[in-house]
This record gives sequence, C-alpha cells and structure tokens, in this order.
Amino acid sequence: MAERTFWTELWNAKWALLNGIAITTELSAYVVVASTILGLLGGLVLVYGWRPAALLVRLYVDVMRGIPVLVLILFWYYGLALFKINIPAFWAGVIALAGFATAHMSEIVRGAIQSVPAGQSEAAKAIGLRFWQRLRYVILPQATRRVLPPWVNTAVEMVKATTLLSIIGVVELLLATQQTIARNYMVIQFYLAATLLYFVLNFAISRLGALLERRFAYMRY
Amino acid sequence: MQNHMKPNATSAATGAMPLLRAVDVHKSYDRLEVLKGISMDVEQGEVLALIGASGSGKTTFLRCINLLEEFQQGEIDLDGEPIGYRMTGGRRRKIPEAALSAQRARIGMVFQSFNLFPHMTAEQNVMLGLTKVRGKPAAEARDIARHWLERVGLAERRGHYPFQLSGGQQQRVAIARAVAMEPRLVLFDEVTSALDPELVAEVLGVMQDLARSGMTMIVVSHEMLFVREVASRVVFMDGGHVVAQGPPQELFRDPESERLRSFLGRFHGVFS
Repeated sequence: MAERTFWTELWNAKWALLNGIAITTELSAYVVVASTILGLLGGLVLVYGWRPAALLVRLYVDVMRGIPVLVLILFWYYGLALFKINIPAFWAGVIALAGFATAHMSEIVRGAIQSVPAGQSEAAKAIGLRFWQRLRYVILPQATRRVLPPWVNTAVEMVKATTLLSIIGVVELLLATQQTIARNYMVIQFYLAATLLYFVLNFAISRLGALLERRFAYMRY
Repeated sequence: MQNHMKPNATSAATGAMPLLRAVDVHKSYDRLEVLKGISMDVEQGEVLALIGASGSGKTTFLRCINLLEEFQQGEIDLDGEPIGYRMTGGRRRKIPEAALSAQRARIGMVFQSFNLFPHMTAEQNVMLGLTKVRGKPAAEARDIARHWLERVGLAERRGHYPFQLSGGQQQRVAIARAVAMEPRLVLFDEVTSALDPELVAEVLGVMQDLARSGMTMIVVSHEMLFVREVASRVVFMDGGHVVAQGPPQELFRDPESERLRSFLGRFHGVFS
C-alpha cells in the first residue's frame, strides 16, 4: 500500500476539487455579470430616472446594503420554501448574491456617472447629441474608468461570498474541500490549498481590472 | 462685414428677421432673479460682445440661448423659431428632447473650461457631432475635422488627446469642434479666462479670423482690447438688465451710463 501523502490525496480528490472550482467560477460569473448589468440600469435610474423610480431603486439599495448576505441566502433558499416555492440551491445562491451585489454596483455606477464633470454633458448637449448619445459616447466611456476600481472590489468580494453558499449545500470549492477533508482528515493542507485557489481566482480578477485601468489611462484631465 | 450702427432700427425698417431675437427673457434661481427682462437682436454676421461685471447675468443669458439654462419667461427665437419652449393650449412647455437637440446643433458653443472629451483625440472630438448628429460618413467627417483643425493651426496635433495639449490648443480644438458643425451662430463664454496670459492671443486670433469670415458670434469677454477691435456691437449688462449698447467705438469713447463708466474704469490703459 502506497504511503498517504498530501499529493496522493490531492490526486484522489482532483475531480471533486475541480468541480468545486468550476461551480465557484460559474456562480461568480453569473453574479458578477448579472449585478453589473442590473447595477448599470440601477445607477442610470438613480441619476437620470423618473423620480418615483429613482426613489424605489434608492430604497432597494439601502435595504440590500443593510441586510447580511447570509440572511439573503437563507431567505431565498429556506424562506421561499415556506411558501412552497422551491428554487435549486445554486440558483437561490445566484439570486441572493446578485441581488446584493446589484445594490453595490448601482451605487458604484451612480457615483461614477456623477463624477464626470458637468461640462462634459454640456459640451455634448451643445453639439446637439441626444440623451442616449451623450450617455453612450461621452458620459459612460468616462464613467467606465471610474467604475473599474470599485467594480473589481465588489467582484472579488462576490467570489469570496460564494463560500457562504456551502451552507445551503451548493458544492462549490469550499464545500468540496470540506467533503474531501472529511474523507482524509488533512485539514490544514486542504484548507490552505483552497485558500490558494481562491487567491489565484481573485488575483486574476484584480490583474484584469488593473489591465483595463491602464487601457483607460489616456483619459486624464 | 456689414455695418451695424443701429441694428434694431435697421431690421425694423427693412422688416428682415434677425438671426437671433430675445424678447423679455427672465430667469430666476428659486427667488433670485438673475435676468430681469433681456431683449436683443443679433443680425447675421454680427459679432456681439456681452460685457459686464461678474454676476451681471451675461453668461447666464448666453447659456439660455442654447437652453443649458432654462428660463421662466420671455422668448428667444433663432431664425424666427422659438428655442426650447412652445406654447401649447395656452401653456408654455419645453419642447421634446429630439427637437431641442436639433436646435442646439444649430448653435455652437465654446466654454471657459474647454470641455473637450478627454477620451477622444482632437480629431475625434471634432468628428463626433458630424457623424452622430449630422449623420456624415466617417471619411467625410474626418476631412471636415482636418480642415478645421488646420484652420485653427492644429493640423499636426489632430491625433493628440486633450491632456497632451496646452490650454490654448485645447480651446482651439473646442472652437473647431463648434464651428465644424456649421452652426448659425457660435456662443463664446469667457473662452480665454482659464488660459495663461501667453496663450490668450492664439485663441483670440482664431476668433478674429472667424469674425472676419462672417461668422455670427456672441462673445462674453473681459478682453476689452479684443472687444473694441472685433465686436460690431457691444451690450453692457448690469444686475440682470441691458444697461447700454452700441458700436464699441461710440460706447467706449463716451459712455452715457454711470455704471458702464465705472466698469470700464477698471480696465486701466485700455480706454485712456
């Protein structure tokens, strides 16, 4: 019988862990993409929207930011089950995290749009551009650059928040790691391995953000 | 350029429509009234200088002309068409955004703080309105942009981003951006006030060139030498009113208004 080392155990657990990474990545991707799109809409409504609509988004943002993410996750999974609405754990998790992140993204977009100097919008008006044209060609390209740093921040937070979904039984990287540990009792080694994998994933997002920031560096005032 | 000794009388006598006509324009911020009934005509080809102390309402009035500021009473007509508002069913309403944008496209504006689009090159700044508002194909827009950048002396800088240009160069790009749209008139809002003294001349030179070519211009400026040299008519505003107006030679030589006299007194050397 071969000796049991970390490396042999890692090899044995490779499919479970890779599957965990895949689920974590998939969850993160859904959450980041959905919250980016919805946050863009939310931010636009906050800045330009019809007053009652803007107030509604404002209320949503403030409520969401005030509730712990874990409570949101439990609500979508167990809370709705009380009303005989059953959502698969994966999707309950996506909805909970995306709903939470949307609140943050809306605020990020609002802040970025409002930080574009008023003169930019005036100059765009003065050459006869209409509202959507001003947004598309003048305001949003400039806001994008200001969105990037806080956007990366929120994206990274959301990747880490997917670990909370282990509580409702989504076998993402953390739960996959825990299940592996339950078989081989190599607690420290496998938690460290999972930590490293989370770091790699988040570091990649940070680098992507930095790359995009450099890409927009010509946009100085 | 035409001579406009008495432009109001001239247009009344011939019955010709002025390019721009403002009638009794009032504007308030909350309860503070900043324009208290401004009326004036601007004829085609005229260079009208608006002068006055800060807070006199000249910049506000300029911004009302392309509705960057709303105004509560009165009317501004461009080629006989009321700008920004329409009477429907006895009520004064803002016109729809598309119609307002079309009106703005006929009025150029140059700002004190340049307001070039920082994510676009000089050429792209000039092209944007031509392609998106005028609907010109990119190649034609590029030719027009190059023509105007050359006209303002920046042919070599067309690929530069605003942060790579000096203030004077940025302002000349902004002028090219405004005039490339072939507007009916161009508004200049203290366009040299943010510039280092040694850069003022290059911008004023471009404006003088435009004035000579017959461009209708309304210029808010503190450059009294330029005003005296280039303006066909000067309007002096104070406290939200038009206090005096006339050709610069007459107005500056013998100011009837006490307010104008004290205002001009601040520009030592220019009028002595």
